[in-house]
Amino acid sequence: MADILLSEAEKTFILHGVRDNVRNDGRSCSEFRPIELELGLVENANGSARVRLANTDVLVAVKCEIDNPPSNFPDEGKLDFFVDCSANATPQFEGKGGEQLAVELAALMSRAYQTRESFNLSTLSIIKGMKCWKLCIDVLILECGGSLIDAISMGTKAALADTKIPKVSVIGSDEGTLELELADEADGREEPLDWHHAPCLVTLNKLEDSLLVDASAEEEACCAAALIVGVSPNKKITTTSIPGHGSFLADSKIFARALNLAVDVGVKLNTALEAAIKKHQTLKPPPRGFLD
Amino acid sequence: MAGLQLLSEYGLRVDGRRPNELRQIRCKMGVFSQPDGSAYLEQGNTKVLAAVYGPHEVRLNRSKTHHDRAYINCQFSMAVFSTSERKRRPRGDRKSQEMDMNLNQIFESAIRTELYPRSRIDIYLEVLQADGSNFSACVNAATLALIDAGIPLKDYVCSCTSTLAPSQGGAPPTPMVDVNHVEETLGGPGLNMSTLPRLDSVVHLELSGTRLHLSHIDPVAEKASTGAADIMAVLDKAVRGHVAQCLHARELSGQGADA
Repeated sequence: MADILLSEAEKTFILHGVRDNVRNDGRSCSEFRPIELELGLVENANGSARVRLANTDVLVAVKCEIDNPPSNFPDEGKLDFFVDCSANATPQFEGKGGEQLAVELAALMSRAYQTRESFNLSTLSIIKGMKCWKLCIDVLILECGGSLIDAISMGTKAALADTKIPKVSVIGSDEGTLELELADEADGREEPLDWHHAPCLVTLNKLEDSLLVDASAEEEACCAAALIVGVSPNKKITTTSIPGHGSFLADSKIFARALNLAVDVGVKLNTALEAAIKKHQTLKPPPRGFLD
Repeated sequence: MAGLQLLSEYGLRVDGRRPNELRQIRCKMGVFSQPDGSAYLEQGNTKVLAAVYGPHEVRLNRSKTHHDRAYINCQFSMAVFSTSERKRRPRGDRKSQEMDMNLNQIFESAIRTELYPRSRIDIYLEVLQADGSNFSACVNAATLALIDAGIPLKDYVCSCTSTLAPSQGGAPPTPMVDVNHVEETLGGPGLNMSTLPRLDSVVHLELSGTRLHLSHIDPVAEKASTGAADIMAVLDKAVRGHVAQCLHARELSGQGADA
């Protein structure tokens, strides 16, 4: 998130273009930049995905641990989000510099997945009230170039699609402690998660009366306010957030317009992401990672 | 650990290599656009990303400047998913801080810091997958990233970790080069050496694990030193390939070699 210094002339140029629905790189106001997705890069994790959206590069890994279920929901598992802003992205993230941003992003993702409709936590239960799966979703931000939360949400959904949970059975109980056994290769060792209803978060930036999807760093520097909306594939909004210090005028109907646009774009994004994930899973291309 | 020997009776290691064989090294320079220099390096299954920012002005901490040379700042970080057991903290613990200091020491000796007084060079390392020789892979990746950033170095900094397989059936113990995770954890000494191969100098030496008898130090150190020289050949080839590619791209785009 380098500070972009723009002259007044540049800002005016961007503004005039946006009024005519044309942005600096030729996109319309509701188009995303090209997105690259790759699954299964991290061998030590149960599922992983890497998302490249213009200059933003995010690596998401999902690891499964056996844990005790929460006392108020004994027949459910847990999702735990952890975001790490690597100093590779900017020197400001050195040491504990990126911690504040990381905590905000993790909290936002937790809220987006909080509804049982996005992700059914009861599928993670092993033994009601005693043992459950905890999915540790770890996000590593390698490069920050705008639309960070969009990339993170896409990466999370793709990583969950790539995740296989080992099948567990109880083989005995020894004085109150249970012994669990992971299933054999022969029995069908792992099963996939139900990730299809997971939300994608879309960031909208407001520039005068227009709303920009996937704003570049220069465009973000001109925009007064932003709105982040979590949209699930069945057109439901799972979370909203206004980051930073902008505000939306309450009676100009722009807020309603923004929510509608976010839902439209979110649904399309979910569809495109599902298609890309299915294609990746059927074709199974050899891993390229960072070498290309 | 019964049944798992570092060196089998046929002279093969746990991953099928011979004692003097390095793992496959694959690397790429210029992976990211934001840092001044960046590199990705794989040494077998150990995967590391390095980013270099600098030389730039020191803004916040005026005390951390030298009037006659650049201030080098390194940070070593491991992704929480890099190890098979999930790590709680990527950096900031004692071991990482020690690695930071070692990296500082290495690159202060290798970079021509006298060319950039009152500036700062930041080197950030991120281990994406840890499968042994993590520190060595980081040093190698950082060298590539520094070259990508155009920062003058005295020489390539190449690092390698070697160990000693215990003697079997009367044969003397065999030194082995480029250890992986299994060899690191099975016990045995680990000698980590960082050198400037063409200048034939050692910038950093660290022995960890179990103790090493005086008579075995020379063969193990020599193995590490040869390993580092072999790694230099790989890095050199990668750098030349990258530069040729950049030149080719510039010519194609018409920026031209006429000037």
